[in-house]
Amino acid sequence: MNWVVLLAPLISAVLITLVLHPMKKLSVLVSILACAVSFLASLCLFYNNGAMHLSSIDWLDLPGLKVQIGGMADHLACLMLLVVSGVGLCIHIFAYGYMKEDPGLSRFFAKLSLFMFSMLGIVLANNLVMMFIFWELVGLSSYLLIGFWFQRPSAAEAAKKAFIVNRLGDFGFLLGILGVWLAWGTVDFKELSQQVASGHLPALLANNPFAVTLIGIGLFMGCVGKSAQFPLHVWLPDAMEGPTPVSALIHAATMVAAGVYMLCRVFFILELSHQVLQVIASLGALTAIFAALIATQQNDIKRILAYSTLSQLGYMVMAVGLGATQAAMFHLSTHAFFKALLFLGAGSVIHSLHHEQDIWKMGGLWKKMPVTAWTFLIGTLALTGCPLLSGFFSKDAILLAAFQHNKLVFSVGIITAGLTAYYMFRLFAVAFLGKPRSHAVDHAHESPLVMTAPLTILAALSVFGALFGQEEYLGLEHANHGGGWIVMGLSVCMFVLGISGGLLLYLKSREEPIHISLFANKFYSDELYEAIFVNGQQLLARLLDWVDRWIVGGFLVRGSAVLSTITGEVLRLLQGGNLSAYVMVFIVGVVFLCYWVLVYLKPLF
Amino acid sequence: MSELLIVILIAPVLACLGIAAGLPAKKTALMTVLFNLVASLLLAFKFQIGSAGYQFVSSIPAMSLGNYFNTNLKFGVDGLSLLLLLLTTVVSAAAVAVVPNDIKRPREFFILLLLVVSGALGAFLSIDLFFLYIFHEIALIPTFILVGVWGNQDRKFAAIQMTIYLTLGSMVLLAGLLGFYFAMPENVRSFDLEEIRVALTASPLAASVQGWIYLLLLGGFGILASLCPFHTWAPAGDAAAPAPVAMLHAGVLKKVGIYGLLRLAVPFLHAGVHQYVDLFLILILLNVIYIGVVTIWQKELGFMLGYSSVMHMGMLFLGIASMSVLGLTGTVILMLAHGFDIALLFALNGEIRRRAGSTHFADLGGLAQRMPKLAFLFVIGGLASLGMPGLANFAGEIHVFFAAWKAFPWWVTVLAVWGIVISAIYILRAVRNIFFGDVPSTLPQSEDLVKWSQRWPFVMLALALIVIGFYPRILTVFVQPVVNSLLGL
Repeated sequence: MNWVVLLAPLISAVLITLVLHPMKKLSVLVSILACAVSFLASLCLFYNNGAMHLSSIDWLDLPGLKVQIGGMADHLACLMLLVVSGVGLCIHIFAYGYMKEDPGLSRFFAKLSLFMFSMLGIVLANNLVMMFIFWELVGLSSYLLIGFWFQRPSAAEAAKKAFIVNRLGDFGFLLGILGVWLAWGTVDFKELSQQVASGHLPALLANNPFAVTLIGIGLFMGCVGKSAQFPLHVWLPDAMEGPTPVSALIHAATMVAAGVYMLCRVFFILELSHQVLQVIASLGALTAIFAALIATQQNDIKRILAYSTLSQLGYMVMAVGLGATQAAMFHLSTHAFFKALLFLGAGSVIHSLHHEQDIWKMGGLWKKMPVTAWTFLIGTLALTGCPLLSGFFSKDAILLAAFQHNKLVFSVGIITAGLTAYYMFRLFAVAFLGKPRSHAVDHAHESPLVMTAPLTILAALSVFGALFGQEEYLGLEHANHGGGWIVMGLSVCMFVLGISGGLLLYLKSREEPIHISLFANKFYSDELYEAIFVNGQQLLARLLDWVDRWIVGGFLVRGSAVLSTITGEVLRLLQGGNLSAYVMVFIVGVVFLCYWVLVYLKPLF
Repeated sequence: MSELLIVILIAPVLACLGIAAGLPAKKTALMTVLFNLVASLLLAFKFQIGSAGYQFVSSIPAMSLGNYFNTNLKFGVDGLSLLLLLLTTVVSAAAVAVVPNDIKRPREFFILLLLVVSGALGAFLSIDLFFLYIFHEIALIPTFILVGVWGNQDRKFAAIQMTIYLTLGSMVLLAGLLGFYFAMPENVRSFDLEEIRVALTASPLAASVQGWIYLLLLGGFGILASLCPFHTWAPAGDAAAPAPVAMLHAGVLKKVGIYGLLRLAVPFLHAGVHQYVDLFLILILLNVIYIGVVTIWQKELGFMLGYSSVMHMGMLFLGIASMSVLGLTGTVILMLAHGFDIALLFALNGEIRRRAGSTHFADLGGLAQRMPKLAFLFVIGGLASLGMPGLANFAGEIHVFFAAWKAFPWWVTVLAVWGIVISAIYILRAVRNIFFGDVPSTLPQSEDLVKWSQRWPFVMLALALIVIGFYPRILTVFVQPVVNSLLGL
């Protein structure tokens, strides 16, 4: 019964692909219903509370390696289930409005359902191998959805890039999993946590102190790929080539957060090595500020949001590195609400402007699209940490942890908070306020209810999400420890500074007043990726191909004059001969050979 | 049921005679392979799971050669050969079904194709090593002709290269087999695998003898299964071969090399395997990394698939090298996974060639717009190839990775796992270049796989990949007892 959460979207995906796809409306309905069922089932699981173990089947059962497809619906998983299926449901509904005209509507919803299945599988996974399986499936559905408009070369390239860069991360993840298995002899979360809790290290780790660090780094690499941390972040901005609801669901709210979720799941292993935590915290902080700086100079509405997502994911990863996993999960949830809201708002704008994404061609949308504008403002405020909205509390929890543990990380975090307010209000001012900046705005109109309703729900969650979340995630222990007021005061200051900067600079301007090419060109990270990974590997491939063709291949056949003569002779036979005769000769030959073997060989021995 | 086994073996031969006598070629061939498919499934249902020994055994004593050169025409299946029988019948059904109706000289083509099938069947069903070898030869020789006469592109050269290499491989192999035979004590000499087991369990071969026999067999079987650096014939041959032949060769025949190592090296020559494990590992990693990188550079789909097949063979070898339950199980799963997968991809390669007139990436693009079904099937095959969970190859690879991690120094597995990054690169590049993006204006109009009568062979292969991928235990229950007994557990 409890497997409904997982099975509903799978059934939907299979049904639509095999049977329902000619009937578009029905396909959409089935997909949305499946998501709703998952949401309800998640609610049930949540209220039945406690570490519920779903019945499981053995996927592999060999000496030394047992892998189950089972479920672990503990508190962490239940909350994540709710976030994924709840936000997912809003986005499913919105997507119907957004994609209505697309000829591939059924295909789109089939893939969305496949994604829901895979994502919920990650959340429920009770062991590392099962998590890896669904981890890859999520990567697949992301690939398929980024490349949904596969006719566009840019979308096709982006999909490919996303998958390959993620594979780089998965390479480390898989090695980390293998390491865990070799050290503790199991991949099951429950058994692992018991063994780790028992306090004595397995022989392998006791003898090599560095091994546990390597295992941790390996597992973290999975997160670096999926949650797009520096230097594997290059795929996420390109992933914006996918339809906007996909960007909202997969590349903002849920999938990219899977890396953070995974880190929280295996935190008890990461914790064993101080160095690993330090690497995680530093890389998170680096990504946070790096992406925020880039976001200040982007002009595509979706790319700004994408860099903002990178930056916020950096916050979450940083929180894990600081040991504040609850704060990370809390921010993950609130971020899911307001970032999904912002992307859907962007989608509403893009839809209304007939696929115009350049913010410098927008402006003055405030009057034309009031619901979109209001909800977008709420999302912006929540993201930038406006006091009393959800993002304020969750970001504050992370900053507080940083303040207590690592002042350097804290200062990076607080600067990033200011930058966030700055670039988001730059976006808001240019796109929604002031006078229209191009004729594309002339025909803009508010989106239909099927799109605005999800916006409203997500806006409500962005405002009130923290009331619910704070208790669920942080518990009562969150009563302010040392530094609480300082952190809060500083972050409000940064919020005000950022907003004023963004509004003052951009409210009236009709073109970009500041030019920083380093940020506008994303620190040249795409160029670096291209040079090192793509070209380097192409060069190597070309070289080895030459070796294979002319040295390895030539060493027996091509170089030998004798053999080429034989070749010529046999060729002549093949070309000149009568084929049927040839076949007959062959059959006769085989028969003769068998006869010879059976009869004449006998006396020889 | 042992009669059914013999019927499966004889059916293609009878069909050859029938076609030679004037029966409609494609229909007869198709009926035969479909009959074999059903019959082999029936055998699988009747098969008693859990026992390691041969079942449905029958031997033809008339063919016995007396006591000195002790060889018998003896057939039977255990869990391992049963799975390979299924691999052969499924792939051969698909291969015969995708032969285009306008093939030139259909009579000769189908006769040769059925000979390949019967050779492969015989090789996997023989309990006698000598006949395993003979049957494999029976399968190989028509393959050369099929490539040389019906092939594409550089077919003549490819066929000759293939012939020279594989004949060389066969000779090395024969030497190894004979050496193996004569290394046994005179009173127990036999080619019968069951008798060999009894004899060698009681008194194993001396370690030094095992060493050189193993090297010969590794060379022989290795060439057949395209172990680097003896692989160059394989991509060229498979790329040039007509689709059905490439399917049978890359999908089924290459597995004989792996099968031979499993049957001989693992149980009887483990001292030899251990002695040369470093050499073997180096060659395996060349297969995975070096060939993998070369695959990335390919500009034509057939060559790319050929190279990718060579690369994946590395994973199969790696499972064997680990000499562990996990690794051998992984190898067996991969034999089927890779067989179904490469057959599917080569079949689609043939369809693309027929429809677009070329398989060079530069000439192709955007085919998913015109042929969504074909594209869908190709993507399934491609995803299987890059190790996507839910499809068969992943299930095998994960076994092999775990086994290698335990058996070898860490860097071996690190390099092997890097293979999943490499295969993602070349597969996605191919999908991108063939199916996504714009359609070049030079591309002729052509239709998708519209009818089920065209589509079923592909769907069948894809389904096999999905079933195994979702529930690999469907294979491991058959393999487990055999693997245990091969390792002497």
